[in-house]
Amino acid sequence: MNKVALRSAPPAPSMGQTLWALLTRDLKVAARRQSDLATVVFFFGVVAALFPLAIGPEMGTLRLIGPGILWVAALLAAMLSMGRLFSADYADGSLEQLLLSATPLPFLVAAKIAAHWLLSGLPLVILSPLLALQFDLPGEAVKILMLTLLVGTLSLSLVGAVGAALTLGLRSSELLLSLLVLPLYIPTLVFGAGAVQAEMSGLGAQGHVSLLMAVLMLALFLCPWAAASALKIALE
Amino acid sequence: MLSAHQLSCQRGTKRLFQGLSFSLPSGHWIQVKGPNGAGKTSLLRILCGLSNPAQGEVLWQGQNTQSTRSAFNAELHYQGHGLALKEELSATENLQSGAALRGLSVSPQAVQAALSKVGLKGRSQLPVKVLSQGQKRRVALAGLVLSSAPLWILDEPFAALDVAAQSSLQGILDQHLAQGGLLVFTSHQAIELQAPGEDLDLGVFAA
Repeated sequence: MNKVALRSAPPAPSMGQTLWALLTRDLKVAARRQSDLATVVFFFGVVAALFPLAIGPEMGTLRLIGPGILWVAALLAAMLSMGRLFSADYADGSLEQLLLSATPLPFLVAAKIAAHWLLSGLPLVILSPLLALQFDLPGEAVKILMLTLLVGTLSLSLVGAVGAALTLGLRSSELLLSLLVLPLYIPTLVFGAGAVQAEMSGLGAQGHVSLLMAVLMLALFLCPWAAASALKIALE
Repeated sequence: MLSAHQLSCQRGTKRLFQGLSFSLPSGHWIQVKGPNGAGKTSLLRILCGLSNPAQGEVLWQGQNTQSTRSAFNAELHYQGHGLALKEELSATENLQSGAALRGLSVSPQAVQAALSKVGLKGRSQLPVKVLSQGQKRRVALAGLVLSSAPLWILDEPFAALDVAAQSSLQGILDQHLAQGGLLVFTSHQAIELQAPGEDLDLGVFAA
């Protein structure tokens, strides 16, 4: 294959630099449209804060339901932002450019998921100890809560990306997306909330955390490829 | 050399064109023509590999583009209806991230030079959302100036441009072709390019 060299271009950036450029672009866009980030954080905060008010100041009850409520609120907040993962890129033509990039699409998708998680998953992890105070969770349980949210929200972002890619450009895609990914979110929810409860009841969170990690590894391995294939079909 | 062999395109139950073949040597252009809905954009999307043809294949340097995806993508610059500009970012930031995604590393000086070439010198730091439609198109033109890809596939590059920008685009295309580049584009206007080329009327291949 004889290449047609047109301009004496500087050396092409490595794949890492290309992925970094995509990640920072997404973060910059989000930094200038703070409403998206605010929606997720606000939703998580409000849902978790309303429960203690509605249920009353019974410490035992709050401690019992705390892990479950915090995890459900985090899951719904993460799902709320999932639909936006590819829709802006789809609308402005950036997605076509990603498909036509020399960098393999699954890696580009992984970079987009990473940016999305930094904006919608990580804030939940950081906010969670504050909200855990309202449920009077003990210090060790708060640590486990943060750890499980850290691992779990990553899985949620990865799995959600497949759903977002599959429902891209469809009418009522938000509803379809929820129907599609909610069942897949359940293992993460069960092990995540279960880990915190197990820690509080003195059983130790080890087993649940391992399972949560296993879900993450599986999602990390499969989801970028699945989402990339779905995007190709969506743009055909 | 870009060549197409017996391409046909199906959209739903309607066959838009069939038996379409051409070969485009380096330094030449093809202007795809046809009425609205004739399949101009569909043809361009097939050529760059975003959609698959119902039949036929596209060859780049003699090799099927579907089997050499990544190598082909590295030598392609496609500009579709969407300009792939992020409204929140400035023209400079858009060009830099766009170039990085296309596998180019461009210096800030080169970006500024490209922007002043298309007449956006004082507006390089403004978010793209405050620019007019024509000015956004000019940002995309600056992306062409920075591109070192030999094959350009452009969908309606002359739309929404004023007379000055049209002639500057024409200059950019002439320079690309003079350097041995290849160009496939659609336009409803008659475009006078210096390099040799031909019109491809999709009406001839209509099913």
